[in-house]
Amino acid sequence: MTTTETDARSSVRSAAHKRTRVAKSRVGLGLRIRRNWQLYAMLALPLIWLAVFAYWPMYGVIIAFKDYNVVSGIWGSPWAGMKYFERFVESYQFWKLIKNTIYLHVYELVATFPLPILLALFLNTVRKKWFSRSAQLITYAPHFISTVVVVGLVVVLTNPNTGVANKFIGLFGFGPVDIMGDAGMFRHIYVWSGAWQTMGFAAIIYLAALTSVPPELHEAAIVDGASRLRRMWHIDLPAIVPVAVILLILNIGSILSVGFEKVLLMQNNLNLDTAEVIDTYVYKIGLASAVPQFSYATAIGLFRSVIGLVLLVLANTFARRFAKSSLW
Amino acid sequence: MSAAGTLPPDERRLGAGAPIQDTRGDKIALACIYTALALFCLAILYPIVYVLSASVSDTHKVSAGQVWLWPVGFTLDAYKAIFDYDAIVSSFGNSVFYAVAGALVATVLTLLAAYPLSRKGLPGKGIIMAAFVFTMMFSGGLIPTYLVVDQLGLLNTRWAMILPTALAVWNVIITRTYFMVTIPEELVEAGKVDGCSDFGFFWRIVLPLSKPIIAVNLLFYAVGQWNSFFNALIYLTNEHLFPLQVVLRQILIQSKVDPSQMPDTSKLAQLKELQQQLKYSLIVIGMIPPLLVYPFVQKHFVKGAMIGSLKG
Repeated sequence: MTTTETDARSSVRSAAHKRTRVAKSRVGLGLRIRRNWQLYAMLALPLIWLAVFAYWPMYGVIIAFKDYNVVSGIWGSPWAGMKYFERFVESYQFWKLIKNTIYLHVYELVATFPLPILLALFLNTVRKKWFSRSAQLITYAPHFISTVVVVGLVVVLTNPNTGVANKFIGLFGFGPVDIMGDAGMFRHIYVWSGAWQTMGFAAIIYLAALTSVPPELHEAAIVDGASRLRRMWHIDLPAIVPVAVILLILNIGSILSVGFEKVLLMQNNLNLDTAEVIDTYVYKIGLASAVPQFSYATAIGLFRSVIGLVLLVLANTFARRFAKSSLW
Repeated sequence: MSAAGTLPPDERRLGAGAPIQDTRGDKIALACIYTALALFCLAILYPIVYVLSASVSDTHKVSAGQVWLWPVGFTLDAYKAIFDYDAIVSSFGNSVFYAVAGALVATVLTLLAAYPLSRKGLPGKGIIMAAFVFTMMFSGGLIPTYLVVDQLGLLNTRWAMILPTALAVWNVIITRTYFMVTIPEELVEAGKVDGCSDFGFFWRIVLPLSKPIIAVNLLFYAVGQWNSFFNALIYLTNEHLFPLQVVLRQILIQSKVDPSQMPDTSKLAQLKELQQQLKYSLIVIGMIPPLLVYPFVQKHFVKGAMIGSLKG
C-alpha cells in the first residue's frame, strides 16, 4: 500500500518536473541568447581585454618550447623541445633559486600568517569603540603605502651612517651595520617589513568572519563561567578557521612566486646570495639583460607557474579532505 | 576578593543596567590585549612619524642622530629641494594622470564584466566566469605578456601603464557579488515588464544603486596605479612618461640623483648636502596621497573586502 502511494506521489512529482522542464526548454537556447544580446554586448569589452592581455600571453608561452627570434615571430621560430627546461634544471643557479624562493616564502608564511589572526581576535575582544576604531585605522594604513616607499623607508632607516636603526644599536655600543648589504639579514628584513605593511589589512577578512559569530554563544559561555581567553579559543577561533584554510591554500599555491616587486627592489650586489628568486631571475635574463633570452626566461616562468598550479590543486584537495573547506 | 567574584554569574549579567563585571583573570587578559594592540600601533606609527620629523629637521641634526621622535631644528629646505628637481614634479603629474585614467578605464571594464555575470540564467555565464577565474591561477608570465604589449605597439606609451593590468579579476568577483546581493531578481523582472532594455536597466537602475561599489573600485584601482612601478620599469624607457614611483626608486633605493634635473646649478651643492634629507621628504611625498584619501574611504574598503569574503 505504501509503495503504491509513494509510486503515485513520485509519478505526480515527475510529471510536474517534466512540465517545468518543457516550459524551460520552450524558450530555446538560441532565443535566450538573442534575448540577452545586450548583456553579451556589455561583456564584449572585458572579454576582448581578457583575450588580449591574459589569454594571448598564454598562447605566447609556447616560445618556451621554441628558439624564439623576433624576426620569425612566435609561430615561425623553430621548435626547441624541452631544451630550455633541461638547461634550467641543470644550471648551477637552479637549486639556489629554488631554495631561496621556497625558504623566503615559507619563512614569510610561518612568521606572518598567524599575526593577522591574532590581531583580529584582539580587535574583536576590545570593547571600547574608540580604541578599536583607531587601532584599525592605524594598522590598515601601511597597506596603502607603495612597495617602493616601504623599501625606501627601510633603506633610509637602516642606512649605516645616518639611519635611526643604527643610531639605536649604537646606543648599546654596537658598531654601525650595513643591514641592507647583509645577505644574512635579507630574509628577516623582507619578512618583517612585510608584516609591518600587510598585517593590519589582512586582519579585515578575519574580522569579517568574526562578525558572523552569534552573540548568544558568548553570552551562554559567560553564564557557564568561561573566561575571556577560553571564549576566544573555543568560540572566536573556530569561526576563523575556514577562512584561514582558504587563505593558506592560496598561499601554498603561490609558494614559488613570492612578492617579486619587493624582492627586486630590495636586491643589491651584496645580498644576491639570498635575494635572488625565480621571478627576479626571469626578469633579469629575459628583460633586463643586454642579450634578452626570451625563450629561456619564458621556460623558467612556465616551470614556476605549472608547479604553482599543481601545488594549488594538491593543497585544495588536501584541505577538502581534512579541513572540510576548500576553494572549489 | 573582587566584588565581581562574589556575585553569581547570572546576576552579573542581568543586574539592571549594571555593566558586566570581569573576573580578575579576564581583567589581566584584557589588559594584556590592550597593551599588545597599543604596542603594535606604536610599532606601525613610529617609522612614519620619524620620517615626517626627519623631513622637516636640520640635515646635520638628523645625521648626527639627534632626531628620535620630534623635529630638531625645523626647516622646510628638503621640501623646497623637491620642487627644484624637475623629474619629481613631472613624474608626480604623470602618476596623477595614470591613477585617474587607469581607475576610470578599469572601473568601467569591471562594471561591464560584473553586471552580466551577476544575472541569473545567462547562457554561457559559467564558462565566462571560469575564463576569468582561471587567469588568477595561471598566467602567461612576464615575457609573453611583454611580447604582447610590444606587438600591440604600446611600449613607451601611456597606454602601457593603463591597459595590461587594467582589470583585476578579484574586483570583478567582488563587484559581481555586490550586484547579486543588492539587485534582486524581482527588480530585473519588473524592469522587463515595464519594457526596459538591459542597457537602460543597467544605466538607470543598477548604476545609481551601486555607488558604494563604484567608489570601492575607483579607489582600489587608483591606489593600485599610484603605487605600481613594475609596469613602468618594463614598458617605459622614456623618462618623460615615468610615474613617481620609478623616480622614487632611483633616488631612495638606488641613490641616483641626476644633476641635469636641476635647472638651477647654483643649487647643486645644496642638493648634495640635502640628498639624505631629500629622501625623507620624498618618502613623505610618496606616502601622503594614498594616506590622505584612505581615512575617508576606509569604510568602503572594509566593506569591499567583506563582500568579497562572503563569497570566498
